Amino acid sequence: MASETHAADQGGLVFHPMDQFKVTPLFGDGQIDWYTPTNVTLWMGLAVLAIIGLLVLSTSRRAIVPSRMQSIAELTYGFIYKMVEDICGKEGAKYFPYIMTLFMFIVTANFLGLLPYAFTTTSHIAVTAVMALAVFLGVTILGFVLHGVGFLGMFWVSSAPLPLRPVLAIIEIISYFVRPVSHSIRLAGNMMAGHAVIKVFAAFAPMITISVGVGLVVTPLSILAITAIYALETLVAFIQAYVFTILTCVYLKDALHPHH
Amino acid sequence: MATETHDAAHAAAEAGHAAAESAGMPQLDFSTFPNQIFWLVVTLVVIYLILSRVALPRIGGILAERKGAITSDLTAAEELKAKAEEAEKAYQKALADARAEAQRIAAETRAEIQAELHAAMEQADAQIAAKAAESEKAIAEIRASALESIEAVATDTAAELVAALGGKPDGVADAVAARMKG
Repeated sequence: MASETHAADQGGLVFHPMDQFKVTPLFGDGQIDWYTPTNVTLWMGLAVLAIIGLLVLSTSRRAIVPSRMQSIAELTYGFIYKMVEDICGKEGAKYFPYIMTLFMFIVTANFLGLLPYAFTTTSHIAVTAVMALAVFLGVTILGFVLHGVGFLGMFWVSSAPLPLRPVLAIIEIISYFVRPVSHSIRLAGNMMAGHAVIKVFAAFAPMITISVGVGLVVTPLSILAITAIYALETLVAFIQAYVFTILTCVYLKDALHPHH
Repeated sequence: MATETHDAAHAAAEAGHAAAESAGMPQLDFSTFPNQIFWLVVTLVVIYLILSRVALPRIGGILAERKGAITSDLTAAEELKAKAEEAEKAYQKALADARAEAQRIAAETRAEIQAELHAAMEQADAQIAAKAAESEKAIAEIRASALESIEAVATDTAAELVAALGGKPDGVADAVAARMKG
């Protein structure tokens, strides 16, 4: 590969920070069709298994006094349910399973992606964009179904002075259509950036095998940096799942109550 | 920390450089998009079915059940507390009753003893008084007999004295009696 020869010029350090995001077939080395089982399939499947373990198996005893795992399942349920109820109101509870699906998928995929050698499905714009577009289209259609043309009133800021309203309407419409873009890029970007930075520091770590003098400084520093960024990424993994979910709730609220 | 951030910036620049050198971001490889989207949709549908059919109703049920259990436990606790309070009241009442009873018995006993004591003292007083009267009577008798004896002795002595002086002892007894009376 070109990058390898390039890296060799740099003195033996190998930088492949983006290789971890490559989609590869699980079996063989063939072409990737839409149905080919790939590492995407594997890690999404693991996410499903993790969700089953966390929410289904842990609650199988239906204990009044919960075990630790059951507590986690209950806390997660309560956390998202409260979020939906607080933001969308009582009517939002109907959509709780959809929002819970999104949250559980993102949060498990993010955390599974933190495992060494893991593939982070949520670092791909294709994945996050599909979810963001699904939210965008779903919320928009829901808004029109519930309120008809009245849903457009969301863009007509009736509290602003009349001359300003058309201008605000244009701004509101633009921001409305930018939503899915920021919604998806925020998640994918965060996941990708952190993982890439970890990989870069990991590439610096074997410096001591090349040059002892430089390596004595660089190797411990890079290991320290990997640790620090890993801790940060653990936080980011949760926060980004939370942000994606809470934004979904906010958009859903606009569809349920378009008049602010 | 400063060196670390510097390192990070440096590394990021290196990374960008290296990435640009290779095939670019795998995220922008559109040939893998159908594959990812297909598996994502499958995954989301599976998760949705698991959550909406099994997990969420179950967890919701557990939470509702717990809420019910806690409410009924609280009610039961309230009831038990009321019962405990009642029992304590009954206990306090029994205690007060017992104390009053004890006091009554003590007072009664005290009165009884007092009465007995009174009777005994009265009896003793009467006995003492009787004894004293008897003694007085005896003393009076003794005194009377002593006076008589004195009268006799005095009469005899006076008669002897009168006789010895050469007089007649007639009238001595009368004179002594008169003196004794005086």
